[in-house]
Amino acid sequence: MSEATHTVDLHAAQVRKFKLQDMFFHQVTMVFAFIVLAALVGILISLAIEAMPVFREFGPAFLWTNVWNVPEDQYGALSAIYGTVVTSIIALVIAVPVSFGIALFLTETCPAWLRRPLGTAIELLAGVPSIIYGIWGLFVFAPLFAEHVQPYLQELVGDTPIISGWFAGPPIGVGILTAGIVLSLMVIPFVASVMRDVFETVPPQLKESAYGVGCTTWEVVTNIVLPYTRVGVIGGIMLGLGRALGETMAVTFVIGNANRIVGSLFAPGTSIASTLANEFGEADPGLHISSLFALGLVLFIITFIVLAISQWLIKRGIAKQGI
Amino acid sequence: MNTQRTLLKLSTLVAAMSLSLSALAADITGAGATFPYAVYTKWAEAYKGATGNQVNYQGIGSSGGVKQIKAKTVDFGGSDAPLKEELLDSMGLVQIPTVMGAVTIVINVPGIESGKLKLDGATAAEIFRGAITKWNHPAIAKLNPGMTLPATAITVSHRSDGSGTTYAFSNYLAKQSVAFKRDVGAGNTVNWPVNAVGGKGNPGVAANVQKISGTIGYVDIADAMKNKMTFVALKNKAGNYIVPNQDAVADAAAGANFKVKGMAPDLLDQAHKNAWPITSATYALVYEKGSDAAKQKGVVDFFTWSLNNGQKMAEELGFVPLPANVVKMVEAEMKNIK
Repeated sequence: MSEATHTVDLHAAQVRKFKLQDMFFHQVTMVFAFIVLAALVGILISLAIEAMPVFREFGPAFLWTNVWNVPEDQYGALSAIYGTVVTSIIALVIAVPVSFGIALFLTETCPAWLRRPLGTAIELLAGVPSIIYGIWGLFVFAPLFAEHVQPYLQELVGDTPIISGWFAGPPIGVGILTAGIVLSLMVIPFVASVMRDVFETVPPQLKESAYGVGCTTWEVVTNIVLPYTRVGVIGGIMLGLGRALGETMAVTFVIGNANRIVGSLFAPGTSIASTLANEFGEADPGLHISSLFALGLVLFIITFIVLAISQWLIKRGIAKQGI
Repeated sequence: MNTQRTLLKLSTLVAAMSLSLSALAADITGAGATFPYAVYTKWAEAYKGATGNQVNYQGIGSSGGVKQIKAKTVDFGGSDAPLKEELLDSMGLVQIPTVMGAVTIVINVPGIESGKLKLDGATAAEIFRGAITKWNHPAIAKLNPGMTLPATAITVSHRSDGSGTTYAFSNYLAKQSVAFKRDVGAGNTVNWPVNAVGGKGNPGVAANVQKISGTIGYVDIADAMKNKMTFVALKNKAGNYIVPNQDAVADAAAGANFKVKGMAPDLLDQAHKNAWPITSATYALVYEKGSDAAKQKGVVDFFTWSLNNGQKMAEELGFVPLPANVVKMVEAEMKNIK
């Protein structure tokens, strides 16, 4: 009898030990996870504190004032927000269709032997440091663009109202459009590899049955693959957008760095990240430094909004799939 | 055997650690202006080779340098903009010039060779203010009789990052023209006109000038020479047109009076007949009475060694060493550092 209780006790001790282990594991992983949260909140708070003097001086009008005059200590974020948003839109307009094509080719029509080398090449492209894109953009792409593409584009649009304004001004190579194009090259590998991965998750039975009833590749893609992967595709695009919004070095090299808004896409502009990269080093203490922190806060909030929209789109996508 | 070997390894490790610790004790640290970063690190490397003492310099920007020396986190601060006398007095700082540089005006206009185009300060200010927008403008033509100037539009190429180069250049132009001072201003970052494009660092400006036809820009003399750029001959105060070179920069310093508190005479637009007008010096800031005597002496030793042995290194990097008489004055000034 005593022996029996002994075994039971031993068992209980072991269970207790396991429980303790589990709890310890739970606590440790929780601490790790909370470090991320603490860092995020910490960054947000310190940005807000440093940005306070600017909002006290200019109020919320800082966000929509188009002035950046360092000698006279007048600051507004509009030109930087404009540049950030417009370059990112250009990047997505180019990158999304191209990535879509790449991913479809890789998953649907690519011969099997080519799949791996092509896929690896795209992933390698994603690993190229952004400064390389910047240097290439400034020294190789911009001069070629100024000489061969920009004059041609201007000739092509001629005097078409509105559109000709987008391509007005001297063809100097660097500018908003160049930054958008270089950004698109940097975003493509990310978007394309995510799209490829989600396209691969489509069950082969679905596709094969569609092909079986006589669908063309295009019909399979639009009716089977896309509806099945809508959520993942949106996620991939948003990942690309996130990268485009925050890209610093490459944009700094090719955007032309002029703190103003000119309607033309050929004109030099600035983005939030490039303004920070340019001016932080030698910024004067006081309003100048503070307004740079405020720009950082604005970028943080824009990224947050993008993330929220993508979450919402994904949720909606999942809900629709449920029906 | 095995334990023996481990013990041996451990003891070497301990020895190495104590060695690095002892080296650490003599280390001095500076931070500040990015402009002299290249020459300070070169000097530090050579100084370490000669004396075994380590000097670390971080190029964090002039205002950062002033902030760090105020907070006493570094042994010396670096600044392109000299501090005012009152500030030096109230903080108990000694300010010494360490090396000089020059800003040159460079162009890319098809058909115009280096050193051929003549400009004076007032016309340059009008161009960089965005008031003169074509190369064949009468004001430019008047200074260059007989030269065929194209009707190309002018693009102004400037530094997009805040820099001492912009500080010296905009201060020079602001001296030449009230309108420039009003519209563009003077400082590390200024308000460039509409026909301007910004490049990051001297290499960024150099690239823009070389790639964009019809451009005028300003870069430091080192980068301009390295990239074999097209210089403009600029009229100095004596009325002579000077093509920038290191002798012309040294001549600018020769005519200046360094015997002022803070040793920061205005080197812009000096009267010497051969002086390059856009010359500037960079400065080191040290506490007159520091808390750590060894480190204070370390700073003095480093700059004394560099000023006497580092001229050639500075020249190779495109800087201009201080003239011999100024070096003597700096050495005398450093005697106050304790």
